[in-house]
Amino acid sequence: MSHAASNLYKEQGNKPPLSVSGLSAAYQKKPVLRNVSFEVKEGELIGVIGPNGAGKSTMIKAALGLIPTIGGEVLVYGKPCKEQRKLIGYVPQRESVDWDFPTNALDVVLMGTYGRLGWFGRPKAKDKALALECLEKVGMGDFADRQISQLSGGQQQRVFLARALAQNAKLYFMDEPFAGVDAATEKAIITLLQELKKQGKTVIVVHHDLATVQQYFDSVLLLNVELQAFGPTKDTFTREQLQRTYGGRLAFLDSSLTGEGAGIAVPKGESGHE
Amino acid sequence: MNNITAMLSDPNMRWILLGCMLLGLSSGVIGSFSYLRKQSLVGDTLAHAALPGICIAFMLTGVKSIGVFLVGAGIAGMIATFGIGYLTRHSKLKQDAALGIILTTFFGLGIVLLTFIQHGDYGNQSGLDKFLFGQAAAMVGSDVVTMSLISILLVTICTLLFKQFKLISFDPGFARGIGYPVALLEQLLMLLMVIAVVAGIQAVGVVLISAMLIAPAVSARYWTNSLSAMIALSGLFGALSGALGTWISSSVSSMPTGPVTVLAATFFFIVSVLFGPKRGIVAKRFMSARVKKRFLLENELRAERMKGEAAG
Repeated sequence: MSHAASNLYKEQGNKPPLSVSGLSAAYQKKPVLRNVSFEVKEGELIGVIGPNGAGKSTMIKAALGLIPTIGGEVLVYGKPCKEQRKLIGYVPQRESVDWDFPTNALDVVLMGTYGRLGWFGRPKAKDKALALECLEKVGMGDFADRQISQLSGGQQQRVFLARALAQNAKLYFMDEPFAGVDAATEKAIITLLQELKKQGKTVIVVHHDLATVQQYFDSVLLLNVELQAFGPTKDTFTREQLQRTYGGRLAFLDSSLTGEGAGIAVPKGESGHE
Repeated sequence: MNNITAMLSDPNMRWILLGCMLLGLSSGVIGSFSYLRKQSLVGDTLAHAALPGICIAFMLTGVKSIGVFLVGAGIAGMIATFGIGYLTRHSKLKQDAALGIILTTFFGLGIVLLTFIQHGDYGNQSGLDKFLFGQAAAMVGSDVVTMSLISILLVTICTLLFKQFKLISFDPGFARGIGYPVALLEQLLMLLMVIAVVAGIQAVGVVLISAMLIAPAVSARYWTNSLSAMIALSGLFGALSGALGTWISSSVSSMPTGPVTVLAATFFFIVSVLFGPKRGIVAKRFMSARVKKRFLLENELRAERMKGEAAG
């Protein structure tokens, strides 16, 4: 490696995995994301929390450049997101695709390698081996040949996670991976998140279940159109901050959030009446 | 069987046969992607939108050739696509209503222009009205050469960009995430669809050509769970429909080739719906009948055993 290249690498190494400043997005006239700025530390598991319609998914998609924004800058390891695609892994919401598509589980995971294959390249034996390995990591090795419509919701979610693993990225975005999955899948996802963390990867997860936040995430990002709070879970996931984020639509079953036991909070009337 | 050899010995018929098979093949291949992207009706709209494009191209140039029509239909198709996108984004209309409005507007305009051409002083106008329902018999060698080139182009692009097209059909969000130019690829697929439609219009006509985009693809889906196999099968069904359509219409006098080809594609569809493995109606019935039979048998055995125990 030349001196200049190694310098460049070092320079990149010091940059945060994700740095967002002034990110804003709107559907039609309504702003759904206003002026969001934050910076993520390497090797953290970050939960993105907020009520329905708070712009959690929008924020992820805007940060990835999947939807048009009306302002703001997103840097991934110091460079625009567009130039760093190979460092980014993405798990979309399971409902965003039609699972009756004619393909099997292994083939979906192989899609994770497409980004490295170039414009006309085909997946090779080593890509297939990697895909199978990723399926095994999420406990789906036996389902490689299974038509994807014949998988349960949780299994489909795990296939999506395996695909993200096959991307071999450094920064992961996951859009509600825990939504509507069975206990086995939930456990598989947690194990996976921990492993990614151990490898020094950074994972940003849109999350719905407040009861498990303290258990799963190092940091939380509270969002309700605007950024409400961002920081280490134990300082940030507090009653006041949550009240502020959810606008009083929250009933706490557990009296203490700061104590030893996990605080259990149940959002009141998810659909909301506003 | 005699008339097959008769058909093949007639050079004119050979061209028509080849042309119809090629159009079936290309529309079958492209149709697979539009079906999986839930855009089957977009193909229908593009086909109808092609009519005014073809008319205007003819009025401007006075030439009747696939190449000229391709340009006209392509531009009309792009305007129609833009119109559909604009209506769904900027009005409260859902896609079905937007498609309906665009389809009928363009087709209405096409018919008006067609009438205008027929009553105007365009000397070479004869045959343009044949584009409504198609006239395979009017195909000549040069048309078939153009169609061959088009088919080769379509199949080559779909082979080269197979993984891109597959990914934007299954999960466009993820495709965008890994940096694929999804909007561009979608436009390309749309363009390929316009090309397939225009190539088929001469033989099958604007009204029915969408059947060749939809029926082979839907039929193929019944036989396989692999995308590449589905596309190959869909192309095969399309080509066989073309062959069958040409053969039947040539052996029975005054049978229109295009509509018969569409009916042949429908025949393959019905066979697939009925007899496709696992997904087909018969396979499903058979499976549930077997489950029921086994259940009843087990019940009976149990009842007999209990009777035996009670007696003993």
